[in-house]
Amino acid sequence: MQWFIYVLNGLYFTAFIFLISLGLNIILGVMGILNLAHGSLYAIGAFMAAWVIITLSGLKGVPVPLLYISLISGALLAGFVGLIIERVLIRPMYGRALEYQLLITFGALLLFEDLIKLVWGGEAYYASQPFDILGKIQILGNAYPLYFLLVILVTLIVGSAVWVFITKTKMGIMLRALSLDREMATALGLEIDKLSTIAFVLGAALAGLAGSLIAPTTPVLLGFGMEPLILAFIVVVIGGLGSLKGAFIGSVIVGQIRSIGIVVFPEIELAILFLIAAVILVVKPEGLFGR
Amino acid sequence: MILSVEKLEKQFGSLKAIDGVSFGIREREIVSLIGSNGAGKTTLVNLISGYLKPTAGRIFFGGKDITYASPFKRIKLGIGRSFQIVHLFEEATVLDNVRTPLFARYGRIKSILWSADSYVDITREAIGILKLFNLYDKKDSPAKELSEGEKKILDVAMAFALKPKLLLLDEPTSGVATHDKFSVMNTIVSAIRKEGISALIIEHDMDIVSNYSDNVLVIHEGRIMAEGKPEDVMQNKEVRETILGIQ
Amino acid sequence: MGQLRWRGSILGPRFFVYLSTLVLLLILPLLLSPFNLILLEYGLALALVGLGFNLLLRYTGLLSFGHGAYFATGAYTVAMVGRYIPELYSLEMLLPLSVLFSFIVSFVFGFICVRHTRIFFAILTLSLSMLVFALLFKLYHITGGSDGLYIPIPSVFGMVFNRRPDFLSGFFYYFLVFVFVVGFLFMKAVVNSPFGKALQAIRDNEIRAELVGIRVKRYRLYAFVISGIFTGVGGALWSFVNGHVTPEVAHWFFSGEIVYMVLLGGFANFEGPIIGAIVFTFLKLYAMSFTEYWMFIIGITLIILVLLLPTGIAGGIYRLITEIRKGKTLSGI
Repeated sequence: MQWFIYVLNGLYFTAFIFLISLGLNIILGVMGILNLAHGSLYAIGAFMAAWVIITLSGLKGVPVPLLYISLISGALLAGFVGLIIERVLIRPMYGRALEYQLLITFGALLLFEDLIKLVWGGEAYYASQPFDILGKIQILGNAYPLYFLLVILVTLIVGSAVWVFITKTKMGIMLRALSLDREMATALGLEIDKLSTIAFVLGAALAGLAGSLIAPTTPVLLGFGMEPLILAFIVVVIGGLGSLKGAFIGSVIVGQIRSIGIVVFPEIELAILFLIAAVILVVKPEGLFGR
Repeated sequence: MILSVEKLEKQFGSLKAIDGVSFGIREREIVSLIGSNGAGKTTLVNLISGYLKPTAGRIFFGGKDITYASPFKRIKLGIGRSFQIVHLFEEATVLDNVRTPLFARYGRIKSILWSADSYVDITREAIGILKLFNLYDKKDSPAKELSEGEKKILDVAMAFALKPKLLLLDEPTSGVATHDKFSVMNTIVSAIRKEGISALIIEHDMDIVSNYSDNVLVIHEGRIMAEGKPEDVMQNKEVRETILGIQ
Repeated sequence: MGQLRWRGSILGPRFFVYLSTLVLLLILPLLLSPFNLILLEYGLALALVGLGFNLLLRYTGLLSFGHGAYFATGAYTVAMVGRYIPELYSLEMLLPLSVLFSFIVSFVFGFICVRHTRIFFAILTLSLSMLVFALLFKLYHITGGSDGLYIPIPSVFGMVFNRRPDFLSGFFYYFLVFVFVVGFLFMKAVVNSPFGKALQAIRDNEIRAELVGIRVKRYRLYAFVISGIFTGVGGALWSFVNGHVTPEVAHWFFSGEIVYMVLLGGFANFEGPIIGAIVFTFLKLYAMSFTEYWMFIIGITLIILVLLLPTGIAGGIYRLITEIRKGKTLSGI
């Protein structure tokens, strides 16, 4: 029943890629800005969560559930940093040429790489307690880490919540209106500034959450946000610009291919992903769900 | 006949935007296309220039069947057009706006090492066109600095530089201040007359229509309602009620 | 035609600036320390990259965030020939080969990318360069992986050089200046040619460009390939100076640095990217030797630049000159 493990692993990869690309895509869709610093927000989430977990574990008498609640800290900090980025850096960029919008987020990325080093030092953080405590369960004759299932579950819940927020609440509908037609939204008197802030903070917090969830499973290092950012880009290319459905389907494809790729063709796993993205682009230039 | 359209039909879903339209344009003839909003004027122009493909009927240009030819092919054959919204090379100078189509027309656009200024003949021809359209004084200003009326004229001059046999102009005076409309139209039409090319012009202003066109084509709900000399068409009772009445 | 001016051509008013810059470049080896001369060589190699990059950004309106891929193609062409076909390892063979391979890679990537513009184009170029990075990184038994590959000193028409410092401060410097001048003149001609006008027409108004008979996607591809070749040659020359190449040059971080240096110099001016490449090289090195948090410094300068001096150094200089001239005429009245 090896294949079942692959599928589960694929779902696990899907989960965290989805959280990142969902955030990236919300920012892209609503604000029309490609946030190159998105990987840094993910890394900030991971460092924060790892630091909180290690600190809490060092104290005596800390109840175990608190370790899991601490995972939220990463999302909160990333959201807060996102708020600052949006206010200070992104806001003057509306209406500016694309190259400036991209470069300012690139500048933020460089800045945060070193800020992370300054705050958390250059060493790796190991915060595997939440992962270890849960242990493994038997699934169809295979031992599988329960924590991975937890990550999938949390992503399902958060993803659904975002979906409900975007499609059912008034705020979400305004956000969608903004992403469809900025001029129309202005004409309708929507508070563009406020909505943009909300979109950016939401996107940043989702990236931070993804980082927090990953922190217990792997050493948290400098440059931690680089690879997920690239995966999120591939998701955007496959799924289409600014499409939430596209972000989901794209994440599933990327997640499953990675899961198989890491085992079967580890050297060219990323190349295969690009190949699939290229084929999709040739057949459907705007991505699967692009407009 | 430089252009003849036979029983042209275009259907969007259940809506027949163009419903059995037939007409012709002779050499050196300027025809105005009038009709209320949504009558199918722009659809008709898009069909002739190849941006839309008809669901039935035929289009002949210079005796050739071009019903399904690509827009690119039609440009090469000699159908030029302008849009309701001007499309200029905003950052480039007025001279370069006209030179670029000329380079394309003479097959020099791929030339990579010789400076554009070294093509003296092409530059001279561009200057000739600018003089024809009264834009010579502005030749070194970027196109974005022109007035609305000058932009409209430059837009037509660019289509003109491709040496078309037929020009399709979609509302050449829309967006131009009322007191400038006649001078814009004067410049455009006198250039067209001078070169002896044919034109199909979508226009709302009846004063302009009666002043500048040889023939008028009235289109209503996808069909031709009336056709003929401006003064005759304007006497037509049906046209007066349904089209002119609205204005 | 009296009204035809030599505007924008090589014989224009900037001719004397160009000429004195060339003279300065030729005597600089006598003035600079060997260390600073090598920095200048890095800068000149990157200046070729900047010229190529700006053909896409300034003249075609396409922002590539993946030019590291073509840079790496040039550099790795040199490295791979050195490792696998040492009998071909001479400057006169390596340069045409790097042109050939950067042509192939930029043609294939360009073919996919030019169907898109704006953000999607940026994402695509970025992603594709990461494909190159991943391959260079992971196929380590061929490419040396993260350790990279050593770049030996090439022979030149049978001449053999033994010490790298002698090679770099002697023959190679003048060769680099020569290639730079050729590249500069070529690019200057391109942007003023009818082809260059066509690219700018596409940038300004795609619909109209199509309408006057320019095959938009094909011309974007031509620009992409020329840009890629310039970048590849820049990468090859850079590799000789560096003596070593790692996959980092294909990483989008490096591509971001290319965008940054072009903006720093000012992409709206033809000369901007050259100034940017040289200033960036010195800025980065001095920032790195000043503090371990050099990315912080680069990041902050980048943000300040975007917010306060979006026209870059060249734009600032031109504005200054115009204002001084204006001031003169005013005081003359």
